[in-house]
Amino acid sequence: MRIVVLLKPVPDTTGQERLGPDLRVDRAAVPAVINPNDEYALEAALRLMEARGGDAAITLLTMGPPAAPETMRKGLAMGAHRGLLVTDPALGGACSLSTARVLAAALGSLEFDLVLAGVDTSDGRGGVVAAAIASLCGLPYLSYAGQVELTDTAVRVRRLSPRGYDLLEAPLPAMVVVTQTVGEPRYPSLKGIMAARSKEIVTRSLADLGLAADGVGGAAATTRVLESRPPASRAATRVVRGPAPEAAEAVVAFLAERRVI
Amino acid sequence: MPGAIWAIGETGPDGELARISREVATLVRGLAEVAGREAAGVLVAASPAAAADELAAFVPRVVAADEPLAGGNAVAALVAARVAALVAVEQPAYLVLGATPDGRDVAGMLAALLGWGVLVNATEVGWDAAAGPTVGMSIFGGRQLTTSAFSGERGIITVRPNTVTAEPAAARGSVEPAAAPAAVPTAHSLPAVPVLERVAEAGAAAAIEDARVIVAGGRGVGGPDGFGIVAELAEALGGAVGATRAAVDAGWIPYGHQIGQTGKIVKPQLYVALGISGAIQHKVGMQTAETIVAVNRDPDAPIAEFADLFVVGDLFEVVPEVIARLRARSG
Repeated sequence: MRIVVLLKPVPDTTGQERLGPDLRVDRAAVPAVINPNDEYALEAALRLMEARGGDAAITLLTMGPPAAPETMRKGLAMGAHRGLLVTDPALGGACSLSTARVLAAALGSLEFDLVLAGVDTSDGRGGVVAAAIASLCGLPYLSYAGQVELTDTAVRVRRLSPRGYDLLEAPLPAMVVVTQTVGEPRYPSLKGIMAARSKEIVTRSLADLGLAADGVGGAAATTRVLESRPPASRAATRVVRGPAPEAAEAVVAFLAERRVI
Repeated sequence: MPGAIWAIGETGPDGELARISREVATLVRGLAEVAGREAAGVLVAASPAAAADELAAFVPRVVAADEPLAGGNAVAALVAARVAALVAVEQPAYLVLGATPDGRDVAGMLAALLGWGVLVNATEVGWDAAAGPTVGMSIFGGRQLTTSAFSGERGIITVRPNTVTAEPAAARGSVEPAAAPAAVPTAHSLPAVPVLERVAEAGAAAAIEDARVIVAGGRGVGGPDGFGIVAELAEALGGAVGATRAAVDAGWIPYGHQIGQTGKIVKPQLYVALGISGAIQHKVGMQTAETIVAVNRDPDAPIAEFADLFVVGDLFEVVPEVIARLRARSG
């Protein structure tokens, strides 16, 4: 079983993330981490592998800056076997469509049975790239998964619905997008961290994938940021202390003042 | 006339028009008026008639595509294929969808099928004569607002719930059937993914993204029983129940209620945080709420810094008193 996990380095959610003067994410401002939802995708891959008695090879697929291996290494320490990084100076400022095209091309260079992705990324939160990749690669697409099961030839997921879940099934190869209900990501063990040092991360450029630098990436971006500003600041917090009846009185008066009751 | 602006409708579990689609259609109608373009709605479903009819209350023209496979299969790939085929014939310029699980899936597939850009999670959509739609969104969990545009003259926009208030048009629009599915180029079709079973689970229903009022509980509610009082206050305020990841991870409440970094992003008029410290992973999902009220025993909880009203106290003492007063008011 060959599983590919899409993994994006994102700025750590510290409250310090910002855009640079070029209106792109300022990657120097905060350290990069694995996108939290992608950690769930990797955890799902590791559990599927374990359910098969270890019979699976897990590849991390990342599009990112040259420093991305530092972030990918944690995924290898958690138990993935190898990494493939697509990095190219032309990719700075890539839009969602470019990202999907590049990752689809990279998938085309791999052999796989299952692709796993997180439901969105903590920086952009668009949640559209995995669906675009499935479309470009012609893969059956099973999203919003709360649970994933695998046989040798098919994947079955519980897709969360407003009422509960829908049980979906598709033949492999397929693309599955998971939610955090697949299970909490494990911490890398010391042994895993040691082993990750010798695991391979292969780097590919756009040219390696047969993509033209003017067809994807910053130069071909389909969207552009016109301006960026901080939100209007909230008024100072009103603090209420005292016995419960008085506090409740203050809450109700405040809700009435704000016209929400 | 330059390309039209389309609202891509979504249906709910009973085939009804999803609430988000009314908002999307209202937004599209307003945008088209400003832009001097045609507005239309598209609805793809197994039996689209009823939902298409609802959609026609909001836009002058609705195209209803009967997609028999949508009843028993995952819908996104089917909807995207039909919409892409309609786009090829009618050449609209902009497609607008809800930023919901289905809306995001369809938007991503359409981006791939059409080669169009996507602007996501709009909380504001304006029009600029030169740039076309200008899309406001908040990034980094609401700490920064950006305005973006498409590089070309085509694009796809996903819109957050509660971005506009749904308002029917003065006159009802027309509904017409779409061309037969035979017109769909096969290259657009992903393999259908069958739904083997639809399973109902108690507590799964959590339309929290649409809610005008959310009452959310965190670690401080202490356990699944503590969510009783959260739900009671939500009911008294006519709102929905939300939760932090800590409460969900502890198994106190299903994931559908989770707000924050790996859960939902919400922007209600009122957010009441009970026993929630306000860690950044939660904050990024709710800090754009119009009014935030928090009850917490810890006066130094981070939420004290961004709540509008912060009650230092025991939620199990304060909240019943609040509920009693709300009930007395509505008496």
